[in-house]
Amino acid sequence: MTRTRQWATGRTDQRVELSLGALAAVALVLIGAMLLTVLIKAWPSFSHNGLSWFGPGGDVETQLRAMAELKPLPGHSILYFRAWPLIWGTILTTGSAVLIALVVSTLAAVFLTEFAPPAIRRILDPVIRLLAGVPSVIYGLIGILVIAPYIDEHWVSTARRASVSHVVQISGADVMTASLVLTMMILPIMVAITAGALASVPASWREGSLALGVNRWRTIWRVSLRTARPAIVAATILATARALGEAVMLAMLGGGRSFAPNLLDGVTALFEPVRPLAATIFQNSEGLTIAPLAHTVYAIGAVLLVSAAMLSLAGWAAKEQFKRFGVRG
Amino acid sequence: MSTAELASRPPSGTTIARAPRERTASWPLVDRIGYLLCWAVGVGLCLIALGIVLYMAVKGIAYLRPSLLVQHPAASVKQSESGGFLDPIVGTLIVAAIGIAIAAPVGVAIAAWLSEYRRPAWLARAVESAIEMIAGVPSVVLAIFGLLIFSQRFLGFLSETDAGGAVSGKSFFAAGAVMSLLALPLIVGSTREGLAQLPDRLREASYALGRTRATTMRRVLLPAIRPEIASGTVLGMGRIIGDTAIITIVLGLTLTNEGIGHAPLISTLRGSGSTLTSYIYTNSPAGEGSAPQKAYAAAFVLLLIVLALNAIVTRLTNRGGPTEDSGRAFRLLRFEWIPWTR
Amino acid sequence: MDPMMPPPVRRIAVDRDPYVAPPRPVTNGSPPAAPPAVATRLRTPRPVAAHVRQRMSIESVWLAYGENWVVRDVSLPVREGEVLAMIGASGSGKTTLLRSLNRLTEITAGAARSGHITLDGQDIHELEVNDLRRRVTMVFQQPNPFPMSIFDNVAYALAERPARGGRRRRRSPEIEHAVAHALHRAGLYDEVAGDLERSALRLSGGQQQRLCIARALAAEPEVLLLDEPCSALDPISTATIEELIVELRESVAIVIVTHNLQQAFRVADHVAFMHLGELVEYGTSGQVFDHPVQERTRDYISGAFG
Repeated sequence: MTRTRQWATGRTDQRVELSLGALAAVALVLIGAMLLTVLIKAWPSFSHNGLSWFGPGGDVETQLRAMAELKPLPGHSILYFRAWPLIWGTILTTGSAVLIALVVSTLAAVFLTEFAPPAIRRILDPVIRLLAGVPSVIYGLIGILVIAPYIDEHWVSTARRASVSHVVQISGADVMTASLVLTMMILPIMVAITAGALASVPASWREGSLALGVNRWRTIWRVSLRTARPAIVAATILATARALGEAVMLAMLGGGRSFAPNLLDGVTALFEPVRPLAATIFQNSEGLTIAPLAHTVYAIGAVLLVSAAMLSLAGWAAKEQFKRFGVRG
Repeated sequence: MSTAELASRPPSGTTIARAPRERTASWPLVDRIGYLLCWAVGVGLCLIALGIVLYMAVKGIAYLRPSLLVQHPAASVKQSESGGFLDPIVGTLIVAAIGIAIAAPVGVAIAAWLSEYRRPAWLARAVESAIEMIAGVPSVVLAIFGLLIFSQRFLGFLSETDAGGAVSGKSFFAAGAVMSLLALPLIVGSTREGLAQLPDRLREASYALGRTRATTMRRVLLPAIRPEIASGTVLGMGRIIGDTAIITIVLGLTLTNEGIGHAPLISTLRGSGSTLTSYIYTNSPAGEGSAPQKAYAAAFVLLLIVLALNAIVTRLTNRGGPTEDSGRAFRLLRFEWIPWTR
Repeated sequence: MDPMMPPPVRRIAVDRDPYVAPPRPVTNGSPPAAPPAVATRLRTPRPVAAHVRQRMSIESVWLAYGENWVVRDVSLPVREGEVLAMIGASGSGKTTLLRSLNRLTEITAGAARSGHITLDGQDIHELEVNDLRRRVTMVFQQPNPFPMSIFDNVAYALAERPARGGRRRRRSPEIEHAVAHALHRAGLYDEVAGDLERSALRLSGGQQQRLCIARALAAEPEVLLLDEPCSALDPISTATIEELIVELRESVAIVIVTHNLQQAFRVADHVAFMHLGELVEYGTSGQVFDHPVQERTRDYISGAFG
């Protein structure tokens, strides 16, 4: 919608415009300051470890404890840190959650808008809305009080425990549980956005497609979902951002220690503990007064911040792409 | 055939067929599998969603007693002596109030500037990107940033300064301020959508009468979108209330809300305390872990609050009533703080 | 239609003599005498198509939405090689009847029907519905191209046809040829041949409607249904599409619903006049417009109601 831009008339208007503009600039300043301060505080950790900060090399737990006690590990300086288990844990949990949620939410949204009987729709509408707003700590609560003990009792056999006990203790709180609950957390919002987009597809397109002899399922697939693609992409980016930033639930359900689940262990890897980046910040927030620990934690924060910025960029790029075919959104 | 002889129904004996649903038997196999998968996922999601809600309701009702709502928590290992969660409830309300008090005016102002002024253009685009990025930053990172800022000496009056001169940076003020960043993008997004939906003729009518842009905004536009502003605010409140990370990091977790100093309200705000979310975390096996029943009860109260906020948002966004088009009526939740139609 | 309007005027074209309506006799409340005949003497006799054969047959069809019967006991033939125009006021049931020809009425819940509609002798309700809709395609009032490229729009129905090979590789030469052929038939090829990957939504209204016609023709249907295709278009686009319709009737049976009497006059070979769900009169174009048998037809054509 183009409107002719009028010059502000009168001094009051100019003053208002300036003050509002200044306030808006504050938002800009804020995010800039955030980036700057976090990066500055994180710099010592990065500069000391270099690029191998992101690599493997030892146990994160011992490294962090060494920093907290101000007793450097033998052969390394106090700032020694290798974040690979955290990064791998983040990739595993966020990646699997988003992939599963993408498929499930698309199918569920199609079900909700196309096939579901009106009674089910009426019930699910407020329920999904509620679930989207449920705080993550409640998901963590259910997980840790219900799901984790159940898995611990029934799915983790003694033999399995023994097979990796020389490396790590496995329990019901593990990468699989955490990923599943994370999927459940990001599902409602993806379903909501996708369903909203599907319902906004003009009826004339659906009717036109049916009139050409294309059956309902293919009509949904080739017309409705295609029209809803920008919405699905945006929902995915939104969900990824939320999954990346999820600290509390993953801290509760990840299994209590930072560990890189070893896929070569086969199925047992599903039960190995994990602690993604955000959860690590959360768990170590007590020690922020200790300098080396603080640098490391802020370094992790910097990684998260940069990832969030890149996701934002991806979202913008995706939207530009979709404007080509005149698809709304 | 004149009108009088017009038959009104088909002659009896002829069959009348009602429109059948499209039979999927004739579809190719791939389509049929997809259709079944859709149903399976849909019904499964239904069951899981209802399961979660019902489970929380059952557990909550089992463990929630009215006395819990009015008792202060006390430090004790035994459930029967550990009191209720009055302080966490109060803490939740305080944090939400501070957060919204900062975010609402600032958010509306930013949205108004983005919508009506937008000069210079590069600044407008930059601000939009900044708001989007703030929306995407994980709350833990916001928390450690907030801690960094509020533990600077010049902000020491907002929290506790210990004997060695180090500012703790943890207080209700600090937590509320960081929380406002959570609510800000939602309020900006909601207000902008509201302003974008206002027809141009409103603005034109006001300008034609010689009113300045500022007056138009204050007296015509913003009052017209009060429901949108309100719904953005309520969504922001929902997000604030649900957050645990910021509370744990920026609000020094004490069992009861302990104030610093002696000024009546300010002392509480300078002090530390807890909220429902941190209470739930602390009472779960992940925290100190001894009171799962209290955790369930608190979780139930939290869910009720979220439910109430959702209901308010629904009422606000459905003000159009039954004449709404089907697309809008189905927009389940306007969490779109990534501005859609820019 | 305004009761004071003169009878329909022919489209003014360069190669035809313009027709000017004779002055209406002034009446003061007394019913008019037989209204002046539409100028048949200037209607160039259009050559009947070389090959006219019956494609569909509508027999004693009743259609209802809920308990409301909107089409009552209508019987009509649909022939290839001719254009059948259904005219009538709003609410006369003509659109509903049109939609029932490719079973599009079934997507509305609560629709009921009685009677038979056959396509080449087979009852359409026994055919597979998507199969039927590929043989009897429809173009709607508002152009509704999909948000895809022009090529993808026209090829849309093609990828479904199993006869063209199971693989849906869009770029197969068969599909490319079929798309080009359909665009030619729709008279759009020359205008868009330059860039078929352009978004279809960037075309003008008339072009979009011709694209929809091309899309409908791509599947080589036997019957083409048109629901007021020109009502949203400007006169020039309308003229183009009307010429198209007359050309297409050689290969496809065409049924067009229109509330525009002039348009029916220009394109139709047979005309069916419906009123309140009933088939009032059916006959050749010349017959219905010049010598309508029923009084209601006469009233409608002369503009007594609209």
